[in-house]
Amino acid sequence: MMEQETTPKLSSVLLNGIVFENPVFVQLLGMCPTLATSSSVKNALGMGLSATAVLICSNIAISALRKLIPDKVRIAAYIIVIAGFVTAVDLLLQAFFEELSKSLGVFIPLIVVNCIILARAEAFASKNGVLPSAVDGLGMGLGFTLALLLLGSIREILGSGSWFGIQLFGDSFKPMLTMATTTGGFLVLGFLIAGVQALSARLRKGEKAHE
Amino acid sequence: MSELFLIAINAVLIENYVLVRTIGCCPFLGVSKRTETAVGMGMAVIFTMTLSSGITWAVNKYILVQFELEYMRTVAFILVIATLVQFVEMALKKIMPALYSALGIYLPLITTNCAVLGAALDGVTKNYNFIESVVFGMTAAVGFALAIVLFSGVRERTAGNDIPAAFRGFPFALISASLLALAFTGFSGLSLPL
Repeated sequence: MMEQETTPKLSSVLLNGIVFENPVFVQLLGMCPTLATSSSVKNALGMGLSATAVLICSNIAISALRKLIPDKVRIAAYIIVIAGFVTAVDLLLQAFFEELSKSLGVFIPLIVVNCIILARAEAFASKNGVLPSAVDGLGMGLGFTLALLLLGSIREILGSGSWFGIQLFGDSFKPMLTMATTTGGFLVLGFLIAGVQALSARLRKGEKAHE
Repeated sequence: MSELFLIAINAVLIENYVLVRTIGCCPFLGVSKRTETAVGMGMAVIFTMTLSSGITWAVNKYILVQFELEYMRTVAFILVIATLVQFVEMALKKIMPALYSALGIYLPLITTNCAVLGAALDGVTKNYNFIESVVFGMTAAVGFALAIVLFSGVRERTAGNDIPAAFRGFPFALISASLLALAFTGFSGLSLPL
């Protein structure tokens, strides 16, 4: 259905990215930035919004150019388009959010090789018009941001006893430092995805019972 | 010489790309079901990353810095890496067909392995000279290969285990990876005079 040049319903495209095809929890894409930048809510929000901006821009550009890009070199062309927008975001962050830019470090330029962005270019933007592609970018970006925020909240609350830098507990709280490290990232993400799988299995069972 | 050794130990164990810095997690989680494929992926990454860190160093020094184009670094590096991977693929096909068929589909996948771009960018931030960059790129790749081979061993041994339905597949892999990462945090106790 997506292959045809018909305009898909925008609200369903948006919801698809945020819930049904959530890039992190359902499609299991973009694991590196998800794990690396979710140790605090601030970093998670910064990375999520940066990736969303790149995703919307690259989806619009690629969708607009989809009839001009030759099929054989399309991946290379997509990567160049994405790299251009990533550079713009990188420079903007350096200029206006220096602290955030420093704490995200190499992960901002690494948005270029974030598989979510290339996957949306290939699977959606190259087959759909400009407006649906922009909405798809927004939906996927928001889905990515929400997943990062959820993961970041859990890790920051457990790992340093704070949320967005605000201390939540008294001095008696001993934070689990491990949660802020890579170990905690893998662990929390594993449990979250297990939760998603359990939930979708239950939903499917409910659907069958109705029939 | 001892400096290079320290860079190597640091890149392989203390700042292991996958298990400590979470760079290169997609192939780490994606192609680690069997040890054989993990070894193939590891070799392909070592090969490309050694070459790419040398070439990107030269591109940075003689083109980007020379003409004050540092802001184009990300674009230039990803272009170099994508072309390099293509060339490596063609060259291997001609010169070493056996290795080519062993590496198979993993070669083109390396373009989107963030460890390659990450090592190139890290080399610039750390101000390495040519030899240091190449050693850093190679040993970071060795660290990646070590992690993916160890992890594939864990996954092979646990493949038939009876685990709760919700945890089957990806969540279980993530939790195993978390335990492996926990083991690697032990190395952070090593302090090197860098």
